[in-house]
Amino acid sequence: MHRFRTLFLSLLLLTGTLAFSAATAAAATAAASAGTADLKIGLAADVSSLDPHYLNIAPNVAFAAHIFDALVNVDPDGKLIPGLATSWRPVSPTTWEFKLRRGVKFHDGTPFTAQDVIFSLDRPATLTNSPGPFTSYTRMIVAKQIVDPYTIRLTTARPYGPLPLDMSTIYIVSKKAAEHATTEDFDSGRALIGTGPYKFVSFRRGDRIELARNDDYWGPKPDWARVTLRIITNPAARMAALLAGDVDAIEGVPPDDVARLKANPKFRVEQRVSWRTIFLVLDQSAQAPRDVTDKSGRPLPRNPLRDLRVREAISKAIDRRALAERTMEGQAVPAANIVAPGVFGYDQDLKVEAYDPAGAKKLLAAAGYPDGFALTIHGPNNRYVNDAQVVQTVAQFLNRVGIKATVDTMPLSVYFGKARAGDFGVALLGWGTLAGDFALRTLVGTPDAKTGWGSWNWGKYSNPQVYKLVAQALGSVDQAQRETYAEQAAAVALKDEAVIPLHDQYATWAMRRGLRYTPRLDEFTFAFQFHPQ
Amino acid sequence: MPAFILRRLMQSVVVLFAMSLLVFAGMYAVGNPIDILLSPDATQMERAHVIAAFGLDQPLWRQYLLFVWHALHGDLGRSFAFGTSAMGLIAERFPATMELAVAAMLMAIVLGIPLGLLAGLKPNGLVGRSIMTVSILGFSLPTFWVGMMLIMLFAVQLGWLPASGRGATVPLFGVPVSFLTVDGLKHLLLPAFNLALFSIAMVIRLTRAGAQEALLQDYVRYARAKGLRWRRIVGVHVLKNILIPVVTVVALEFGSTVAFSVVTESVFAWPGMGKLIIDSIRVLDRPVIVAYLMLIVTLFVLVNLAADIAYSLLDPRVRLAEARG
Repeated sequence: MHRFRTLFLSLLLLTGTLAFSAATAAAATAAASAGTADLKIGLAADVSSLDPHYLNIAPNVAFAAHIFDALVNVDPDGKLIPGLATSWRPVSPTTWEFKLRRGVKFHDGTPFTAQDVIFSLDRPATLTNSPGPFTSYTRMIVAKQIVDPYTIRLTTARPYGPLPLDMSTIYIVSKKAAEHATTEDFDSGRALIGTGPYKFVSFRRGDRIELARNDDYWGPKPDWARVTLRIITNPAARMAALLAGDVDAIEGVPPDDVARLKANPKFRVEQRVSWRTIFLVLDQSAQAPRDVTDKSGRPLPRNPLRDLRVREAISKAIDRRALAERTMEGQAVPAANIVAPGVFGYDQDLKVEAYDPAGAKKLLAAAGYPDGFALTIHGPNNRYVNDAQVVQTVAQFLNRVGIKATVDTMPLSVYFGKARAGDFGVALLGWGTLAGDFALRTLVGTPDAKTGWGSWNWGKYSNPQVYKLVAQALGSVDQAQRETYAEQAAAVALKDEAVIPLHDQYATWAMRRGLRYTPRLDEFTFAFQFHPQ
Repeated sequence: MPAFILRRLMQSVVVLFAMSLLVFAGMYAVGNPIDILLSPDATQMERAHVIAAFGLDQPLWRQYLLFVWHALHGDLGRSFAFGTSAMGLIAERFPATMELAVAAMLMAIVLGIPLGLLAGLKPNGLVGRSIMTVSILGFSLPTFWVGMMLIMLFAVQLGWLPASGRGATVPLFGVPVSFLTVDGLKHLLLPAFNLALFSIAMVIRLTRAGAQEALLQDYVRYARAKGLRWRRIVGVHVLKNILIPVVTVVALEFGSTVAFSVVTESVFAWPGMGKLIIDSIRVLDRPVIVAYLMLIVTLFVLVNLAADIAYSLLDPRVRLAEARG
């Protein structure tokens, strides 16, 4: 009894001290609530550089869209829409013509011209100190021609269909401001002159970026005169900032908070299936991987994962519905494709593999493994939504059909290096893209440094038919034809179980009541696409 | 004293070398930042090109020697992810962390010493027992959890204080500080208190133990016999004698407060060095990690040195030349 009283009094004392110190600070000013013309957004990842050509990572690209436009913009559904180019068309199989928007001005008042486009397309290759350059999207261009001040032609060495998509990734900077600018000049704002809906105000690295509306913007005028992008990488802290009213909206809502927020009338949740597909990569080389053995740990004479029946058995053994509903807490949908629904090249005809443990066992027996074998499933533990739990769930499903599966997860910084080195027999990977042919080329194209294909093909899958179809897709400037080839290639690769698709993640935004946001396929958060309700 | 200080500084140079070598070898073993930062659509040739541009294809010893060569010229390299000088990045974040750590240590001293004395003087009273019980909480509750609870209570439920971030800053001798603005203070209060919790508890316990021990000493009895006022006995004689261990702990705690502010900084989205280092480890941004660790080592060395000097001022019997290590 006495003890309880002491504890109670101690807690009282503690709360008292806290409340007092808090009250003294709070009393000083009344909480100045944000006016309607301001918008504060809590971002989930740090913007590492304001230079739009320095590093191709999502937070940097999403920020750059506020200040800059690309020739081609991307709408919330991942479709290409006019940006600084009003239209584009192939004038020959190897030449694309872009008509530029007239009357557009940079933030410093200088007019936008074809010179700025040429300069911006040349710039990524000059930034030799970039660890993630944008040259992947300019490398196909062999010649640039200014036909007249508002028309340019880009020539590729061979027919190349995805050039407009590539152009959506390269932001157009002002030649005048950026010509001799370093990355530091962009961070200080001196060279940060674009044509986009917002102008730069200030940048405190790792903390916040402040923007002001560009009243001369050529496109729809944003609703918010001032925007503050706050960097709050910790998900719980981001949630707290929203709940406390420090920010008006957040991206990357933690999955276990979604249901609670949806039930709260003070907030609004927007979500959709994002472009990120999560799948398993199986090593299909001739030699059995080190971590694929028989059940007592002895090496196997041949690689079971090379056998299509075994790959099919693994696919049938996984209950994707349970994975999406339980492990992903309903924040995902089962996947049948290598790209998400709505992405260019998504094949409607592919159906989600049905959960069929009996069938899986039969296939394993037919392949010569009636008692199964042992493998380790590897995955990152800080990259995708609930990634470690997903790997654990899959391992349990495999154990049920007789494959002795163990789990090994690690931080991304270790994971990608090891996976690339071919250390893993079974590995989890997520991929977000706006084009199926891109994904196929990189993920299941025959690895070859000369062609540049298969740079993420950890499983070393190789099928000449897939290669041919993807090459035809990439070479088609006719977009309908390109999509048909991409779908055919996906169908062949997935029938082969080149990878085992698991699910497509949801992307989720939460905001205070009175705001709305059209959720984006590409997961980007754009302040200018928030609107009052 | 100068010889002592010089020897200390020499030792720290050796530590710095050993540390940089360890970090270098460790990062080399873990992997390659390019694998994380490279565009997904990059080809194998582009990857090889970028790796060569950063010298990451060189053998480890050559990379290290190159680093030492540049470091001796005052250049700790450019951050891979941020594309700017690693030292500059840390300098940018340093004031925020120092501000937080200093505020936390001030809280630890201002709250810890009086509460500890109170508990030491009245060990069996209700107040003394309550203080000790609360201090157990300060030790045992995880910082992360307490931080979230503070936010839930003061920011979400009561709405008195902002949930996270750093408030408005004003330059003080060219360094942006936030404690001079009301908005800045409001932002500072919760994270500083959260960071201070452990130190407050530690200081309370040390002060209490010291006070109890000192009260039994002869000099306290003589002072009482002499008819000195109680206030003077405690405030001058007892306090002075128990401060030595407190100073040691505060000094050591200060170093770890800076080094371990990581948790508080991420809970409160405080843009300090802790957040920078976590982000940098995530992408294996070696120049930033090396520069940060070198700074922390230097800081520890300096703080320990300051503590040694403080001893000699508090207690003239301590001679610096004798205090080894």
